[in-house]
Amino acid sequence: MAKEIVISVKDLTKKFGSFTAVDHLTLQVRRGEIFGFLGANGAGKTTAMRMLCGLSFPTSGSGTVAGYDILRQAEEIKRHIGYMSQKFSLYENLTVWENLNLFATIYGMSAKSIREKTDAAFKTLGMENMRNVPVKEIPLGWKQKLAFTAATLHSPDVVFLDEPTGGVDPSTRRKFWEMIYRASSEGMTVFVTTHYLDEAEYCNRISIMVDGRIKALDSPEGLKRQYLAGTMDEVFRIVAKDAKRGD
Amino acid sequence: MSIFQSLIRKEVLHLLRDFRTITVVLVMPVVLLLLFGFAISTEVNNIKVVAVVEQHTDETKQIIDRFRNNSYFTFEGIVPYHEVESILRKGRADAAIVFRTEDGKLSHQIIVDASNTNLALTSTTYLESVICSATGIPVVTNTLYNPQLKSAYNFVPGIMGMIFILICAMMTSVSIVSEKETGTMNLLLVSPVRPWTIIFGKLVPYFLLSCIILILVLVLSYTVLGLPFSFSVINVIWVTILYVILALALGLLISTIASTQVSALLVSGVMFMIPVVLLSGMIFPVENMPLALQWLSCIIPARWYISAMRVLMVQQLPIGYVLTEILVLSGMTLAVLVLAIKKFNAKK
Repeated sequence: MAKEIVISVKDLTKKFGSFTAVDHLTLQVRRGEIFGFLGANGAGKTTAMRMLCGLSFPTSGSGTVAGYDILRQAEEIKRHIGYMSQKFSLYENLTVWENLNLFATIYGMSAKSIREKTDAAFKTLGMENMRNVPVKEIPLGWKQKLAFTAATLHSPDVVFLDEPTGGVDPSTRRKFWEMIYRASSEGMTVFVTTHYLDEAEYCNRISIMVDGRIKALDSPEGLKRQYLAGTMDEVFRIVAKDAKRGD
Repeated sequence: MSIFQSLIRKEVLHLLRDFRTITVVLVMPVVLLLLFGFAISTEVNNIKVVAVVEQHTDETKQIIDRFRNNSYFTFEGIVPYHEVESILRKGRADAAIVFRTEDGKLSHQIIVDASNTNLALTSTTYLESVICSATGIPVVTNTLYNPQLKSAYNFVPGIMGMIFILICAMMTSVSIVSEKETGTMNLLLVSPVRPWTIIFGKLVPYFLLSCIILILVLVLSYTVLGLPFSFSVINVIWVTILYVILALALGLLISTIASTQVSALLVSGVMFMIPVVLLSGMIFPVENMPLALQWLSCIIPARWYISAMRVLMVQQLPIGYVLTEILVLSGMTLAVLVLAIKKFNAKK
Protein backbone atom coordinates (compact mmCIF):
# COMPACT_ATOMS: atom_id res chain seq x y z
CA MET A 1 0.00 0.00 0.00
CA ALA A 2 1.82 3.06 -1.23
CA LYS A 3 -0.21 5.88 0.28
CA GLU A 4 0.90 9.46 -0.02
CA ILE A 5 3.43 10.58 2.59
CA VAL A 6 2.16 13.49 4.68
CA ILE A 7 4.92 13.97 7.23
CA SER A 8 8.51 13.34 6.27
CA VAL A 9 11.45 14.56 8.34
CA LYS A 10 15.13 13.76 8.19
CA ASP A 11 17.74 14.36 10.91
CA LEU A 12 15.60 16.97 12.60
CA THR A 13 17.62 18.37 15.52
CA LYS A 14 16.83 21.04 18.08
CA LYS A 15 19.46 22.31 20.48
CA PHE A 16 18.97 24.72 23.37
CA GLY A 17 22.52 25.83 24.12
CA SER A 18 24.49 22.65 24.81
CA PHE A 19 21.32 20.63 25.48
CA THR A 20 20.06 18.57 22.55
CA ALA A 21 16.30 18.27 23.01
CA VAL A 22 15.69 16.43 19.75
CA ASP A 23 18.52 14.47 18.19
CA HIS A 24 18.38 13.57 14.49
CA LEU A 25 14.69 12.73 14.30
CA THR A 26 13.84 10.84 11.13
CA LEU A 27 10.36 9.51 10.36
CA GLN A 28 7.63 9.33 7.75
CA VAL A 29 3.88 9.25 8.26
CA ARG A 30 1.35 8.34 5.55
CA ARG A 31 -2.04 9.86 4.82
CA GLY A 32 -4.82 8.54 7.06
CA GLU A 33 -2.37 6.92 9.44
CA ILE A 34 -2.75 7.12 13.23
CA PHE A 35 0.79 7.65 14.40
CA GLY A 36 1.52 7.28 18.13
CA PHE A 37 4.40 9.41 19.43
CA LEU A 38 5.50 7.95 22.76
CA GLY A 39 8.19 8.84 25.25
CA ALA A 40 8.69 9.71 28.89
CA ASN A 41 8.36 13.30 30.05
CA GLY A 42 11.39 15.23 28.89
CA ALA A 43 12.18 12.81 26.06
CA GLY A 44 11.67 15.60 23.52
CA LYS A 45 8.15 14.83 22.27
CA THR A 46 6.79 18.33 22.71
CA THR A 47 9.84 19.98 21.14
CA ALA A 48 9.59 17.63 18.14
CA MET A 49 5.89 18.32 17.79
CA ARG A 50 6.43 22.09 17.99
CA MET A 51 8.88 21.86 15.10
CA LEU A 52 6.41 19.84 13.03
CA CYS A 53 3.68 22.42 13.71
CA GLY A 54 5.85 25.33 12.61
CA LEU A 55 6.04 26.79 16.13
CA SER A 56 9.76 26.27 16.47
CA PHE A 57 12.60 26.19 13.96
CA PRO A 58 14.95 23.18 13.94
CA THR A 59 18.64 23.78 14.61
CA SER A 60 19.42 21.44 11.73
CA GLY A 61 17.74 18.85 9.55
CA SER A 62 14.89 19.15 7.09
CA GLY A 63 11.42 17.90 6.38
CA THR A 64 7.95 18.51 5.04
CA VAL A 65 4.52 18.49 6.62
CA ALA A 66 1.44 18.30 4.37
CA GLY A 67 3.79 18.90 1.45
CA TYR A 68 5.30 22.12 2.81
CA ASP A 69 8.86 22.70 3.93
CA ILE A 70 9.18 23.13 7.69
CA LEU A 71 12.07 25.55 7.29
CA ARG A 72 10.63 27.88 4.70
CA GLN A 73 6.85 27.37 4.65
CA ALA A 74 5.85 27.33 8.31
CA GLU A 75 2.87 29.60 7.59
CA GLU A 76 1.55 27.26 4.87
CA ILE A 77 1.94 24.30 7.23
CA LYS A 78 -0.15 26.08 9.86
CA ARG A 79 -2.97 26.43 7.35
CA HIS A 80 -3.06 22.67 6.69
CA ILE A 81 -2.82 21.24 10.18
CA GLY A 82 -5.00 21.10 13.27
CA TYR A 83 -3.74 21.14 16.83
CA MET A 84 -5.25 20.11 20.13
CA SER A 85 -3.36 20.45 23.37
CA GLN A 86 -3.60 18.42 26.53
CA LYS A 87 -5.53 21.14 28.33
CA PHE A 88 -8.59 21.13 26.01
CA SER A 89 -7.88 24.81 25.60
CA LEU A 90 -10.95 26.65 24.51
CA TYR A 91 -12.29 30.04 25.55
CA GLU A 92 -14.24 29.31 28.72
CA ASN A 93 -16.37 32.44 28.62
CA LEU A 94 -17.48 31.86 25.03
CA THR A 95 -20.26 29.47 24.08
CA VAL A 96 -19.71 26.17 22.27
CA TRP A 97 -20.76 27.72 18.97
CA GLU A 98 -18.71 30.91 19.44
CA ASN A 99 -15.59 28.82 20.04
CA LEU A 100 -16.10 26.71 16.91
CA ASN A 101 -16.96 29.78 14.87
CA LEU A 102 -13.81 31.59 16.07
CA PHE A 103 -11.43 28.78 15.16
CA ALA A 104 -13.17 28.07 11.86
CA THR A 105 -12.87 31.77 10.93
CA ILE A 106 -9.21 31.77 11.91
CA TYR A 107 -8.66 28.86 9.51
CA GLY A 108 -10.28 30.84 6.73
CA MET A 109 -13.59 28.97 6.40
CA SER A 110 -16.55 30.77 4.83
CA ALA A 111 -19.62 31.54 6.92
CA LYS A 112 -21.67 29.08 4.88
CA SER A 113 -19.26 26.18 5.27
CA ILE A 114 -18.88 26.97 8.99
CA ARG A 115 -22.65 26.68 9.39
CA GLU A 116 -22.84 23.40 7.50
CA LYS A 117 -19.86 21.84 9.24
CA THR A 118 -20.86 22.88 12.76
CA ASP A 119 -24.43 21.68 12.19
CA ALA A 120 -23.08 18.31 11.09
CA ALA A 121 -20.63 18.18 14.00
CA PHE A 122 -23.30 19.01 16.57
CA LYS A 123 -25.45 16.23 15.15
CA THR A 124 -22.70 13.59 15.26
CA LEU A 125 -21.66 14.60 18.76
CA GLY A 126 -25.24 14.88 20.00
CA MET A 127 -24.44 18.39 21.24
CA GLU A 128 -27.25 20.30 19.52
CA ASN A 129 -28.72 21.47 22.80
CA MET A 130 -25.33 22.73 24.02
CA ARG A 131 -24.79 25.18 21.17
CA ASN A 132 -25.26 28.28 23.28
CA VAL A 133 -23.87 27.03 26.55
CA PRO A 134 -20.61 28.65 27.74
CA VAL A 135 -17.75 26.17 27.52
CA LYS A 136 -16.96 26.53 31.23
CA GLU A 137 -20.32 24.96 32.04
CA ILE A 138 -19.95 21.74 30.02
CA PRO A 139 -18.34 18.55 31.42
CA LEU A 140 -14.69 17.72 30.74
CA GLY A 141 -15.48 14.84 28.39
CA TRP A 142 -17.55 17.12 26.18
CA LYS A 143 -14.92 19.85 26.26
CA GLN A 144 -12.41 17.38 24.92
CA LYS A 145 -14.67 16.31 22.06
CA LEU A 146 -15.33 19.95 21.34
CA ALA A 147 -11.61 20.76 21.29
CA PHE A 148 -11.08 17.92 18.80
CA THR A 149 -13.93 19.24 16.67
CA ALA A 150 -12.44 22.75 16.78
CA ALA A 151 -9.08 21.34 15.68
CA THR A 152 -10.53 19.36 12.76
CA LEU A 153 -13.47 21.44 11.52
CA HIS A 154 -11.37 22.86 8.69
CA SER A 155 -10.49 19.31 7.50
CA PRO A 156 -6.71 19.61 7.94
CA ASP A 157 -4.29 17.13 6.33
CA VAL A 158 -2.74 16.34 9.69
CA VAL A 159 -4.10 16.80 13.19
CA PHE A 160 -1.60 16.93 16.06
CA LEU A 161 -2.97 15.75 19.39
CA ASP A 162 -0.77 16.49 22.39
CA GLU A 163 -1.81 14.07 25.16
CA PRO A 164 -5.47 14.51 24.29
CA THR A 165 -6.88 12.08 26.87
CA GLY A 166 -5.05 13.18 30.02
CA GLY A 167 -7.29 13.14 33.10
CA VAL A 168 -10.33 11.64 31.38
CA ASP A 169 -12.22 8.51 32.47
CA PRO A 170 -11.79 5.29 30.44
CA SER A 171 -15.21 5.28 28.80
CA THR A 172 -14.79 8.88 27.60
CA ARG A 173 -11.34 7.96 26.33
CA ARG A 174 -12.80 5.14 24.31
CA LYS A 175 -15.38 7.46 22.78
CA PHE A 176 -12.63 9.93 21.99
CA TRP A 177 -10.69 7.28 20.13
CA GLU A 178 -13.80 6.55 18.09
CA MET A 179 -13.61 10.17 16.93
CA ILE A 180 -9.95 9.69 16.04
CA TYR A 181 -10.79 6.60 13.97
CA ARG A 182 -13.57 8.43 12.17
CA ALA A 183 -11.20 11.28 11.28
CA SER A 184 -8.54 8.84 10.09
CA SER A 185 -11.06 6.94 7.94
CA GLU A 186 -11.87 10.26 6.25
CA GLY A 187 -8.23 10.54 5.23
CA MET A 188 -6.96 12.75 8.04
CA THR A 189 -3.55 11.87 9.41
CA VAL A 190 -3.49 11.73 13.20
CA PHE A 191 -0.24 12.40 15.04
CA VAL A 192 -0.85 11.71 18.71
CA THR A 193 1.29 11.75 21.85
CA THR A 194 0.02 9.81 24.82
CA HIS A 195 0.99 8.52 28.24
CA TYR A 196 -1.54 5.70 28.17
CA LEU A 197 0.15 2.63 26.72
CA ASP A 198 -3.14 0.83 26.18
CA GLU A 199 -3.99 3.69 23.80
CA ALA A 200 -0.77 3.03 21.93
CA GLU A 201 -2.33 -0.26 20.83
CA TYR A 202 -4.99 1.71 18.90
CA CYS A 203 -2.35 3.36 16.70
CA ASN A 204 -1.29 2.06 13.28
CA ARG A 205 2.35 2.72 14.07
CA ILE A 206 4.25 3.91 17.11
CA SER A 207 7.57 5.57 17.75
CA ILE A 208 9.18 5.53 21.18
CA MET A 209 11.45 8.45 21.94
CA VAL A 210 14.22 8.18 24.50
CA ASP A 211 16.54 11.08 25.34
CA GLY A 212 15.73 12.98 22.16
CA ARG A 213 16.17 9.99 19.81
CA ILE A 214 13.71 7.53 18.33
CA LYS A 215 14.61 4.17 19.87
CA ALA A 216 11.83 2.07 18.33
CA LEU A 217 9.39 2.56 15.44
CA ASP A 218 6.92 -0.02 14.15
CA SER A 219 3.33 -1.20 14.40
CA PRO A 220 2.26 -2.27 17.91
CA GLU A 221 2.28 -5.91 16.79
CA GLY A 222 5.71 -5.56 15.21
CA LEU A 223 7.16 -3.97 18.34
CA LYS A 224 5.75 -6.68 20.59
CA ARG A 225 7.26 -9.35 18.32
CA GLN A 226 10.60 -7.56 18.17
CA TYR A 227 10.93 -7.17 21.95
CA LEU A 228 9.23 -10.49 22.78
CA ALA A 229 6.69 -8.63 24.90
CA GLY A 230 3.04 -9.35 25.58
CA THR A 231 1.88 -5.74 26.00
CA MET A 232 2.97 -2.28 24.90
CA ASP A 233 3.68 -1.54 28.52
CA GLU A 234 6.46 -4.16 28.52
CA VAL A 235 7.80 -2.91 25.19
CA PHE A 236 7.99 0.62 26.58
CA ARG A 237 9.80 -0.50 29.71
CA ILE A 238 12.41 -2.45 27.71
CA VAL A 239 12.99 0.38 25.23
CA ALA A 240 13.11 3.17 27.81
CA LYS A 241 15.11 1.38 30.51
CA ASP A 242 18.35 3.22 29.76
CA ALA A 243 16.71 6.65 29.63
CA LYS A 244 18.73 9.38 31.33
CA ARG A 245 16.13 12.13 31.02
CA GLY A 246 12.57 12.18 32.28
CA ASP A 247 10.96 10.09 34.96
CA MET B 1 -15.92 38.23 9.33
CA SER B 2 -12.18 38.68 9.03
CA ILE B 3 -9.75 36.92 11.37
CA PHE B 4 -8.90 40.21 13.05
CA GLN B 5 -12.56 41.10 13.63
CA SER B 6 -13.32 37.67 15.04
CA LEU B 7 -10.37 37.93 17.45
CA ILE B 8 -11.59 41.32 18.65
CA ARG B 9 -15.15 40.01 18.96
CA LYS B 10 -13.80 37.13 21.04
CA GLU B 11 -11.94 39.51 23.36
CA VAL B 12 -14.90 41.87 23.74
CA LEU B 13 -17.30 39.01 24.53
CA HIS B 14 -14.78 37.64 27.00
CA LEU B 15 -14.47 41.02 28.69
CA LEU B 16 -18.21 41.71 28.77
CA ARG B 17 -18.97 38.32 30.28
CA ASP B 18 -16.37 38.77 32.98
CA PHE B 19 -18.82 40.87 34.91
CA ARG B 20 -16.68 41.43 38.00
CA THR B 21 -13.64 42.66 36.10
CA ILE B 22 -15.58 45.04 33.91
CA THR B 23 -17.39 46.46 36.94
CA VAL B 24 -14.15 47.02 38.80
CA VAL B 25 -12.57 48.62 35.75
CA LEU B 26 -15.40 51.07 35.22
CA VAL B 27 -16.19 51.80 38.86
CA MET B 28 -12.60 52.17 40.09
CA PRO B 29 -11.77 55.39 38.19
CA VAL B 30 -15.00 56.99 39.35
CA VAL B 31 -14.42 56.03 42.98
CA LEU B 32 -10.78 57.13 42.89
CA LEU B 33 -11.63 60.47 41.33
CA LEU B 34 -14.42 61.22 43.77
CA LEU B 35 -12.37 60.02 46.72
CA PHE B 36 -9.34 62.13 45.89
CA GLY B 37 -11.42 65.00 44.64
CA PHE B 38 -13.64 65.35 47.69
CA ALA B 39 -12.78 63.17 50.63
CA ILE B 40 -9.01 63.31 50.54
CA SER B 41 -8.20 66.96 50.64
CA THR B 42 -5.05 68.81 51.53
CA GLU B 43 -6.92 72.03 52.14
CA VAL B 44 -7.04 73.13 55.77
CA ASN B 45 -10.30 74.35 57.21
CA ASN B 46 -11.49 75.26 60.69
CA ILE B 47 -8.15 76.08 62.25
CA LYS B 48 -8.85 76.69 65.93
CA VAL B 49 -6.99 79.75 67.17
CA VAL B 50 -6.55 81.32 70.59
CA ALA B 51 -4.81 84.61 71.32
CA VAL B 52 -2.66 85.88 74.16
CA VAL B 53 -2.79 89.64 74.43
CA GLU B 54 -0.47 91.49 76.83
CA GLN B 55 -1.89 94.90 76.12
CA HIS B 56 -5.07 95.50 74.18
CA THR B 57 -4.71 98.05 71.43
CA ASP B 58 -6.73 98.95 68.38
CA GLU B 59 -4.34 96.92 66.34
CA THR B 60 -4.76 93.69 68.32
CA LYS B 61 -8.51 94.16 68.30
CA GLN B 62 -8.46 94.58 64.56
CA ILE B 63 -6.41 91.44 64.03
CA ILE B 64 -8.63 89.35 66.29
CA ASP B 65 -11.69 90.61 64.44
CA ARG B 66 -10.15 89.42 61.24
CA PHE B 67 -9.72 85.94 62.66
CA ARG B 68 -13.31 85.96 63.89
CA ASN B 69 -14.59 86.78 60.44
CA ASN B 70 -12.35 84.43 58.49
CA SER B 71 -14.05 81.21 57.45
CA TYR B 72 -10.80 79.25 57.64
CA PHE B 73 -10.46 79.99 61.36
CA THR B 74 -12.50 79.42 64.45
CA PHE B 75 -11.52 81.93 67.09
CA GLU B 76 -11.57 80.21 70.48
CA GLY B 77 -11.00 83.27 72.66
CA ILE B 78 -8.30 85.16 74.52
CA VAL B 79 -6.32 83.13 77.04
CA PRO B 80 -3.52 83.77 79.54
CA TYR B 81 -0.01 82.89 78.33
CA HIS B 82 0.60 80.09 80.83
CA GLU B 83 -2.44 78.16 79.57
CA VAL B 84 -1.35 78.06 75.92
CA GLU B 85 0.59 74.83 76.19
CA SER B 86 -2.16 72.91 77.93
CA ILE B 87 -4.77 74.21 75.47
CA LEU B 88 -2.69 73.06 72.52
CA ARG B 89 -1.99 69.73 74.18
CA LYS B 90 -5.66 69.09 74.88
CA GLY B 91 -6.46 69.94 71.27
CA ARG B 92 -8.77 72.82 72.17
CA ALA B 93 -6.77 74.92 69.71
CA ASP B 94 -4.43 74.22 66.78
CA ALA B 95 -2.50 77.46 67.11
CA ALA B 96 -2.01 80.36 69.44
CA ILE B 97 -0.93 83.92 68.65
CA VAL B 98 0.91 85.88 71.27
CA PHE B 99 0.83 89.68 70.95
CA ARG B 100 3.46 91.70 72.78
CA THR B 101 3.85 95.44 72.85
CA GLU B 102 7.37 96.80 73.39
CA ASP B 103 8.07 100.50 73.18
CA GLY B 104 4.67 101.00 71.62
CA LYS B 105 5.48 98.56 68.81
CA LEU B 106 3.43 95.43 68.36
CA SER B 107 5.20 92.13 67.78
CA HIS B 108 3.67 88.71 67.49
CA GLN B 109 4.58 85.10 67.97
CA ILE B 110 2.81 82.08 66.53
CA ILE B 111 2.74 78.86 68.54
CA VAL B 112 1.46 75.94 66.52
CA ASP B 113 0.74 72.27 67.17
CA ALA B 114 3.10 70.57 64.71
CA SER B 115 2.18 66.97 65.42
CA ASN B 116 0.78 67.07 61.88
CA THR B 117 3.46 68.92 59.96
CA ASN B 118 1.36 69.60 56.86
CA LEU B 119 -1.44 71.05 58.93
CA ALA B 120 1.03 73.13 60.95
CA LEU B 121 2.75 74.56 57.88
CA THR B 122 -0.46 75.43 56.14
CA SER B 123 -1.98 76.98 59.26
CA THR B 124 1.13 79.09 59.87
CA THR B 125 0.97 80.45 56.36
CA TYR B 126 -2.72 81.29 56.74
CA LEU B 127 -2.11 82.93 60.13
CA GLU B 128 0.76 85.02 58.90
CA SER B 129 -1.11 86.24 55.90
CA VAL B 130 -4.02 87.33 58.07
CA ILE B 131 -1.72 89.13 60.53
CA CYS B 132 0.29 90.77 57.78
CA SER B 133 -2.77 92.06 56.01
CA ALA B 134 -4.07 93.49 59.28
CA THR B 135 -0.82 95.15 60.33
CA GLY B 136 -0.57 97.01 57.11
CA ILE B 137 2.28 95.08 55.55
CA PRO B 138 0.12 93.23 53.12
CA VAL B 139 1.64 90.26 51.34
CA VAL B 140 -0.10 89.80 48.05
CA THR B 141 0.01 86.22 46.93
CA ASN B 142 -1.39 85.29 43.57
CA THR B 143 -2.17 81.62 43.21
CA LEU B 144 -2.20 81.13 39.49
CA TYR B 145 -4.18 78.44 37.62
CA ASN B 146 -5.77 77.12 40.78
CA PRO B 147 -6.83 80.25 42.66
CA GLN B 148 -8.84 78.37 45.27
CA LEU B 149 -5.99 75.87 45.75
CA LYS B 150 -8.37 72.99 45.17
CA SER B 151 -6.76 69.62 45.76
CA ALA B 152 -8.83 68.06 42.99
CA TYR B 153 -6.77 70.03 40.48
CA ASN B 154 -3.67 68.41 41.83
CA PHE B 155 -5.02 64.89 42.03
CA VAL B 156 -6.90 64.49 38.74
CA PRO B 157 -3.74 64.30 36.58
CA GLY B 158 -2.18 61.93 39.11
CA ILE B 159 -5.18 59.64 39.16
CA MET B 160 -5.30 59.57 35.38
CA GLY B 161 -1.62 58.63 35.34
CA MET B 162 -2.37 55.76 37.69
CA ILE B 163 -5.62 54.49 36.17
CA PHE B 164 -4.32 54.08 32.64
CA ILE B 165 -1.19 52.23 33.72
CA LEU B 166 -3.35 50.03 35.89
CA ILE B 167 -5.96 49.21 33.28
CA CYS B 168 -3.81 49.04 30.19
CA ALA B 169 -0.63 47.45 31.49
CA MET B 170 -2.15 45.20 34.09
CA MET B 171 -5.21 44.03 32.19
CA THR B 172 -3.44 43.41 28.89
CA SER B 173 -0.62 41.49 30.49
CA VAL B 174 -2.97 39.41 32.62
CA SER B 175 -5.22 38.64 29.68
CA ILE B 176 -2.32 37.56 27.43
CA VAL B 177 -0.71 35.50 30.18
CA SER B 178 -4.03 33.85 31.03
CA GLU B 179 -4.23 32.68 27.41
CA LYS B 180 -0.75 31.23 27.84
CA GLU B 181 -1.85 29.48 31.03
CA THR B 182 -5.03 27.96 29.59
CA GLY B 183 -3.21 26.99 26.39
CA THR B 184 -5.43 28.97 24.01
CA MET B 185 -2.40 31.10 23.06
CA ASN B 186 -0.78 27.94 21.74
CA LEU B 187 -3.84 27.23 19.60
CA LEU B 188 -3.60 30.72 18.13
CA LEU B 189 0.13 30.37 17.51
CA VAL B 190 -0.24 27.07 15.60
CA SER B 191 -3.06 28.57 13.56
CA PRO B 192 -2.42 30.62 10.41
CA VAL B 193 -3.05 33.85 12.37
CA ARG B 194 -0.02 36.11 12.15
CA PRO B 195 1.60 37.04 15.49
CA TRP B 196 0.90 40.70 14.66
CA THR B 197 -2.81 39.98 14.34
CA ILE B 198 -2.79 38.16 17.69
CA ILE B 199 -1.05 41.11 19.37
CA PHE B 200 -3.36 43.74 17.91
CA GLY B 201 -6.40 41.56 18.54
CA LYS B 202 -5.42 41.84 22.20
CA LEU B 203 -4.43 45.50 22.29
CA VAL B 204 -7.34 47.05 20.38
CA PRO B 205 -10.15 46.00 22.79
CA TYR B 206 -8.20 47.34 25.77
CA PHE B 207 -7.45 50.50 23.86
CA LEU B 208 -11.18 51.00 23.27
CA LEU B 209 -11.90 50.29 26.92
CA SER B 210 -9.32 52.93 27.89
CA CYS B 211 -11.03 55.44 25.60
CA ILE B 212 -14.35 54.81 27.36
CA ILE B 213 -12.65 55.33 30.71
CA LEU B 214 -10.97 58.50 29.43
CA ILE B 215 -14.36 59.93 28.47
CA LEU B 216 -15.72 58.96 31.89
CA VAL B 217 -12.79 60.60 33.70
CA LEU B 218 -12.96 63.77 31.62
CA VAL B 219 -16.71 64.18 32.08
CA LEU B 220 -16.32 63.74 35.84
CA SER B 221 -13.35 66.09 36.03
CA TYR B 222 -15.01 68.88 34.12
CA THR B 223 -18.42 68.57 35.75
CA VAL B 224 -18.35 67.17 39.28
CA LEU B 225 -14.80 68.20 40.14
CA GLY B 226 -15.15 71.52 38.36
CA LEU B 227 -11.89 71.63 36.43
CA PRO B 228 -11.82 74.60 34.04
CA PHE B 229 -13.01 73.50 30.60
CA SER B 230 -11.40 74.84 27.47
CA PHE B 231 -10.22 73.73 24.07
CA SER B 232 -7.08 72.30 25.62
CA VAL B 233 -9.20 69.20 26.28
CA ILE B 234 -8.32 68.15 22.72
CA ASN B 235 -4.63 68.17 23.67
CA VAL B 236 -5.43 66.30 26.87
CA ILE B 237 -7.03 63.57 24.76
CA TRP B 238 -4.08 63.34 22.35
CA VAL B 239 -1.47 63.07 25.06
CA THR B 240 -3.59 60.55 26.97
CA ILE B 241 -3.92 58.37 23.88
CA LEU B 242 -0.14 58.40 23.54
CA TYR B 243 0.16 57.41 27.20
CA VAL B 244 -2.42 54.62 26.77
CA ILE B 245 -0.46 53.19 23.84
CA LEU B 246 2.68 53.26 25.98
CA ALA B 247 0.85 51.49 28.82
CA LEU B 248 -0.46 48.84 26.40
CA ALA B 249 3.07 48.25 25.11
CA LEU B 250 4.25 47.87 28.71
CA GLY B 251 1.49 45.31 29.29
CA LEU B 252 2.66 43.40 26.23
CA LEU B 253 6.24 43.49 27.50
CA ILE B 254 5.19 42.17 30.93
CA SER B 255 3.23 39.37 29.28
CA THR B 256 6.35 38.19 27.47
CA ILE B 257 8.27 38.06 30.76
CA ALA B 258 5.63 36.63 33.10
CA SER B 259 4.42 33.07 32.73
CA THR B 260 1.54 33.10 35.20
CA GLN B 261 -1.28 35.55 35.83
CA VAL B 262 -0.12 36.02 39.39
CA SER B 263 3.39 36.97 38.34
CA ALA B 264 2.00 39.33 35.70
CA LEU B 265 -0.09 41.00 38.40
CA LEU B 266 2.89 41.23 40.73
CA VAL B 267 5.21 42.60 38.08
CA SER B 268 2.75 45.27 36.97
CA GLY B 269 1.83 45.99 40.58
CA VAL B 270 5.30 46.28 42.00
CA MET B 271 7.10 47.66 38.96
CA PHE B 272 4.46 50.20 37.97
CA MET B 273 1.98 50.97 40.69
CA ILE B 274 4.41 51.75 43.50
CA PRO B 275 6.74 53.94 41.42
CA VAL B 276 3.73 55.71 39.93
CA VAL B 277 2.40 56.59 43.37
CA LEU B 278 5.74 57.44 44.96
CA LEU B 279 7.95 58.81 42.20
CA SER B 280 5.67 60.28 39.57
CA GLY B 281 4.98 63.51 41.41
CA MET B 282 1.39 62.44 41.92
CA ILE B 283 1.65 62.96 45.70
CA PHE B 284 5.24 63.95 46.45
CA PRO B 285 6.64 66.72 44.25
CA VAL B 286 9.53 65.49 42.11
CA GLU B 287 11.42 68.74 42.77
CA ASN B 288 11.66 67.94 46.48
CA MET B 289 13.19 64.49 46.00
CA PRO B 290 16.88 63.70 46.47
CA LEU B 291 18.74 64.03 43.19
CA ALA B 292 19.12 60.27 42.75
CA LEU B 293 15.36 59.77 43.02
CA GLN B 294 14.76 62.67 40.66
CA TRP B 295 16.88 60.88 38.08
CA LEU B 296 15.06 57.61 38.80
CA SER B 297 11.71 59.32 38.35
CA CYS B 298 12.73 60.16 34.77
CA ILE B 299 12.16 56.56 33.71
CA ILE B 300 8.65 56.51 35.16
CA PRO B 301 6.25 57.22 32.28
CA ALA B 302 3.60 58.56 34.67
CA ARG B 303 5.93 61.34 35.81
CA TRP B 304 5.98 62.81 32.30
CA TYR B 305 2.32 62.19 31.69
CA ILE B 306 1.22 63.75 34.97
CA SER B 307 3.42 66.75 34.41
CA ALA B 308 1.94 67.21 30.92
CA MET B 309 -1.58 66.85 32.29
CA ARG B 310 -0.92 69.56 34.91
CA VAL B 311 0.08 71.91 32.15
CA LEU B 312 -2.76 71.00 29.80
CA MET B 313 -5.62 70.43 32.21
CA VAL B 314 -4.91 72.84 35.06
CA GLN B 315 -2.81 75.58 33.47
CA GLN B 316 -4.51 75.05 30.10
CA LEU B 317 -1.44 76.11 28.19
CA PRO B 318 -1.03 75.22 24.51
CA ILE B 319 0.52 71.90 23.53
CA GLY B 320 3.85 73.62 22.80
CA TYR B 321 4.56 73.75 26.53
CA VAL B 322 4.62 69.98 26.89
CA LEU B 323 6.79 69.10 23.90
CA THR B 324 9.49 67.58 26.13
CA GLU B 325 6.94 65.36 27.82
CA ILE B 326 5.44 64.27 24.49
CA LEU B 327 8.89 63.56 23.10
CA VAL B 328 9.92 61.48 26.10
CA LEU B 329 6.64 59.53 26.09
CA SER B 330 6.93 58.86 22.35
CA GLY B 331 10.50 57.67 22.75
CA MET B 332 9.49 55.38 25.59
CA THR B 333 6.57 53.98 23.58
CA LEU B 334 8.81 53.19 20.65
CA ALA B 335 11.48 51.56 22.82
CA VAL B 336 9.01 49.44 24.78
CA LEU B 337 7.15 48.35 21.62
CA VAL B 338 10.37 47.30 19.90
CA LEU B 339 11.50 45.42 23.01
CA ALA B 340 8.11 43.73 23.49
CA ILE B 341 7.84 42.59 19.88
CA LYS B 342 11.42 41.35 19.92
CA LYS B 343 10.73 39.33 23.05
CA PHE B 344 7.40 38.06 21.67
CA ASN B 345 9.13 36.74 18.55
CA ALA B 346 12.18 35.44 20.40
CA LYS B 347 10.29 32.37 21.54
CA LYS B 348 10.79 30.49 18.29
